[in-house]
Amino acid sequence: MNVAVAKTGNGRAVSDLFASAEGRLPGSPSVIATRREAFGTYERLGLPHRRIEEWKYTDLRALVGEVLPLAAAPDAAALKRAAEAVKTHAIAGARKLVLVDGVFAPDLSDVKALAGQAGFKTLRESLEKDAGLLKTASTDAVISLNAAMATDGVVLDIADGAQLSTPIQILHIATSASASAFTRSRVAIGKGARVTIVESFISASAGAYQVNDAVLITVGDGADVAHIRLMDDAPDAVNVSSHFVTIGAAVKFNFFNMTTGAAVSRLQGFITLAGEGSELSANGVNLLQKTEHGDTTLVVDHAVPNCVSREVFRAVIDDRAHSVFQGRIIVRPDAQKTDGKMMTRALLLSDEAEADNKPELEIFADDVSCGHGATAGALDDSLLFYLKARGLPEKQAQALLIQAFVGEAIEQIADDGLREHVIGIAERWLERRS
Amino acid sequence: MALLEVKDLKVRVEEREILHGLTLTVNEGEVHAIMGPNGSGKSTLSHVIAGKPGYEVTDGQILFKGEDLLEMSPDERAAKGVFLAFQYPVEIPGVATMTFLRTALNAQRKARGESEYSTPDFLKKVREVSKSLNIPQDMLKRGVNVGFSGGEKKRNEVLQMALFEPSLCILDEMDSGLDIDALRIAADGVNALRSPKRAMVVITHYQRLLNYIVPDVVHVMSKGRVVKSGGKELALELEASGYAQFEDAA
Amino acid sequence: MPAVQETVERVKRIDVDQYRYGFETLIDSEKAPKGLSEEIVKFISQKKNEPAWMLQWRLEAYRRWLTMQEPTWARVDYPKIDFQDLYYYAAPKPKKTVTSLDEIDPEILKTYEKLGIPLREVAMLEGVEPKVGEDDPARRKIAVDAVFDSVSVATTFKAELKKAGVIFMPISEAIREHPELVQKYLGSVVPTSDNFYATLNSAVFSDGSFVYVPPGVRCPMELSTYFRINERNTGQFERTLIIADKGSYVSYLEGCTAPQRDENQLHAAVVELVAHDDAEIKYSTVQNWYPGNSEGKGGIYNFVTKRGDCRGDRSKISWTQVETGSAITWKYPSCILRGDNSSGEFYSIAISNGFQQVDSGTKMIHLGKNTSSRIISKGIAAGKSQNTYRGLVTAHRKATGARNFTACDSLLIGDKCGAHTVPYIEAKNSSATFEHEATTSKISEDVLFYCIQRGLSQEEAVGLVVNGFVKDVLQQLPMEFAVEAQKLISISLEGSVG
Repeated sequence: MNVAVAKTGNGRAVSDLFASAEGRLPGSPSVIATRREAFGTYERLGLPHRRIEEWKYTDLRALVGEVLPLAAAPDAAALKRAAEAVKTHAIAGARKLVLVDGVFAPDLSDVKALAGQAGFKTLRESLEKDAGLLKTASTDAVISLNAAMATDGVVLDIADGAQLSTPIQILHIATSASASAFTRSRVAIGKGARVTIVESFISASAGAYQVNDAVLITVGDGADVAHIRLMDDAPDAVNVSSHFVTIGAAVKFNFFNMTTGAAVSRLQGFITLAGEGSELSANGVNLLQKTEHGDTTLVVDHAVPNCVSREVFRAVIDDRAHSVFQGRIIVRPDAQKTDGKMMTRALLLSDEAEADNKPELEIFADDVSCGHGATAGALDDSLLFYLKARGLPEKQAQALLIQAFVGEAIEQIADDGLREHVIGIAERWLERRS
Repeated sequence: MALLEVKDLKVRVEEREILHGLTLTVNEGEVHAIMGPNGSGKSTLSHVIAGKPGYEVTDGQILFKGEDLLEMSPDERAAKGVFLAFQYPVEIPGVATMTFLRTALNAQRKARGESEYSTPDFLKKVREVSKSLNIPQDMLKRGVNVGFSGGEKKRNEVLQMALFEPSLCILDEMDSGLDIDALRIAADGVNALRSPKRAMVVITHYQRLLNYIVPDVVHVMSKGRVVKSGGKELALELEASGYAQFEDAA
Repeated sequence: MPAVQETVERVKRIDVDQYRYGFETLIDSEKAPKGLSEEIVKFISQKKNEPAWMLQWRLEAYRRWLTMQEPTWARVDYPKIDFQDLYYYAAPKPKKTVTSLDEIDPEILKTYEKLGIPLREVAMLEGVEPKVGEDDPARRKIAVDAVFDSVSVATTFKAELKKAGVIFMPISEAIREHPELVQKYLGSVVPTSDNFYATLNSAVFSDGSFVYVPPGVRCPMELSTYFRINERNTGQFERTLIIADKGSYVSYLEGCTAPQRDENQLHAAVVELVAHDDAEIKYSTVQNWYPGNSEGKGGIYNFVTKRGDCRGDRSKISWTQVETGSAITWKYPSCILRGDNSSGEFYSIAISNGFQQVDSGTKMIHLGKNTSSRIISKGIAAGKSQNTYRGLVTAHRKATGARNFTACDSLLIGDKCGAHTVPYIEAKNSSATFEHEATTSKISEDVLFYCIQRGLSQEEAVGLVVNGFVKDVLQQLPMEFAVEAQKLISISLEGSVG
């Protein structure tokens, strides 16, 4: 049963998406009321399209067309397939939290290993009390849809001063085709805590599934956080994720996203520097082939003075793929002494590839040093020839140059093991190139 | 058997013919110098032998060890033993020199059906060679040629020559951008690689380089042809009288 | 240094308000009734003695306009405009048919004199001394078309230009005298349906300049138009059309001023440029419409559509603008790089002070092979103003070898203003090479202190730094304008530093 979007279908069909799922959505009656309200917002707006400035280059109406119905809760067979996928994609030593088709899977997760360092609940448990986690500072159609439909997620509380030596890895595993998973998670990081969070989006079976994820992160003063997101979905999948990050004072926050899958993907990150003296490093890589469409949108909001932000973004686009990078640096009126820099570069490997870059500066304070750079172009012929003249076959020469190109973003990951893990995914992408 | 045979080679760039029927034979163990004024086609010859795109061969052939070189891609030529030392070695940011050397060496060995070097063996070999060329280890950790001086870039080319052990080395204007000390170090490196199994083609505008790398044969190129060949004394003759006498001969 | 000195002295002479063009000319004028309707469109067309095809063209645009909505995407904020509360046509009442300059209303002549614009065929603009070695009179001549409210009041050097084969006349005249050219090119770059303001302009435009440079001709002098809004509650809708035929060259300048009034006035112009094979058009603007007073009251709404079409191979169009005036500026002089090997340039200085809002930039649309474009934008925000650069660079699939370089820098003076950069960079083929860089910073305290320590006043130091900041763009202006623009920049920033 496919459900049409607001624009193309009739109102009733869209409502069915919610009505048919309502019985399975966790939450008290007041939470359900909040959900209904959020769904009303989505119904009114419909899927984002190119006339909405923020979605200019990612027209979900044209690219996706319809939101698939809610995925069924995973059965034993699904969980078994998911377990296999976990084995392949787990990061050595990481404590795993696994969501299968939008539902937390305790048997595949290492909840006990978190004891003493992080409080853990599922979203389902959290919504029994109140609807707080369904509310976000800003919203759009996909975020509203997420609020209405989120079935589960992880709610983590990292205690003040906790020093987690191994990463926490949240794995989103899709096992069913032609269905949607809606997840929402929250990570509250205490003062002075040190933690690495990895999110992996993978599939246990290829299929045209859809993911709509939202993550809410708050970072206490003096914390040191690495947040790595690996979007390696199945080739026909759709993944639209929204991140809300609020950073306290004197924090080091290192974010990295890599997109190596999905027919259509969008990561929209809203990162607010809300405490002075913090350093944000937000980096990303899009590796796209075939007809994939990958969109990374990052809004970095300097709300207070004396913060530093650095963004390095690289896109490698093959075949008829389309990469979008939208990066906005906002400097609020009192955010003096802001230092914000952003560099985005696109490498087009095919004549039919497309790269759209929109690096924006929105500046309301005068004592700032902000800037951005953007380039687009093909591989340098003279470098290719040099490598070939030294005996490297064309593909290998290209691969070496591509690795060097994305290396500038990947090397921002401080942890050696994680960096190697990410390079491994990039290498597998290079091997997939036809 | 001749190592390299260039027969009546005609080459165009866009609509303009640069080489108008060039013939050249180089045997194993020989060092040939090709001299000529700017625009005579010296660098074009080196690029065509190495297979640089952008050149159209309209006539003639290039045989290397009896095989048709023009049928091969640049990397196949490299694996067969053709090495071009670039006049302007490119900078490749983000690719560590060490990674590059190992990848290239193993790609060549693989193409020849030889086993790949193990990491310890490779490192040992690189250390030996770089030491003899005065190349500090930290240079090998940096991106290929990134931030290298002119002399360092040329030494890096010689280092590769020593590592890859090609049977034909083409040195394209190796002296350009080098002061006399840098030139001597690079030339010493080249001379150490002279062997009865290896031939070299030294392309240069000036006689100066040939004081350090003494050729067996000197060719003078003008307007896309070899107009005179002789012994090493021909270079000195050119130094004294200039290229003008050959401009008409072409 | 002398320029800075001069600026400071000039600023001192200015009283409370720094806008020196704010006076009103008291003359009788003839106006169409307030509001917009088919009747008004017909009235304007009739006043201009237009042929039927022109009226038809206008009416089609008007009907189209009725279906359109005002754009809202720009970062500008203003109360809704009541388009029925405006006069769409105002002309100085002619005493009789004018045959020579001497017969023009002396009040108007005085106006232009006060503005420093030579309506008599003098060779120079105010403030420029002839330099040694530049005594060739032809080099120093500037032909002027003066547009007062809705009509062109004078065009100079017409005869001399005619000798060279160059047509330079008010567009209202060109419609009558060169209908074949106007019909062929009008609306071919900015179609009547292009956008809300361009469509409105197509319906009601009253005057503007027309230039045609025949094949192989290098226009013997700079051409220029001075636009002056005088009448109250009047919109100015000028239309400029410049055609450079194969292998020709023309440099065109435009300047704009308006009286100081409390209410806002609308200026919605359309400029179309066409460059054929090997032709080059250089278009320079010094825009100094009344910006409103220090409380943000009054000022011109400058909603302008400017576009150049590099229609021929190897053609070139270069836009240079110095934007200091207007309460609101909404303007994106663009290049369509259609011909192979064609090139486009955009050099801009946009200064905002007081409550001014600027949303300006360019579009470089690469369609032909091996096309290149270059964008240099300097935005300076002071007071409580908002200054936005908005630019598009796009290379289509078939535009192989397209190249762009963009540098947009913003300078903030004071902590109540905003500077924003919104570039759209779209590469649709792998052989396109784009480079874009942008910076935003404030005037370095260290530099200011250094200058002040060496004896400059705060004003002088700021003037020095700002002039350095915009130098790359000023150099693109014809010399006469560069001097004028430099003064204007300093005056615009008067009072911006505490």
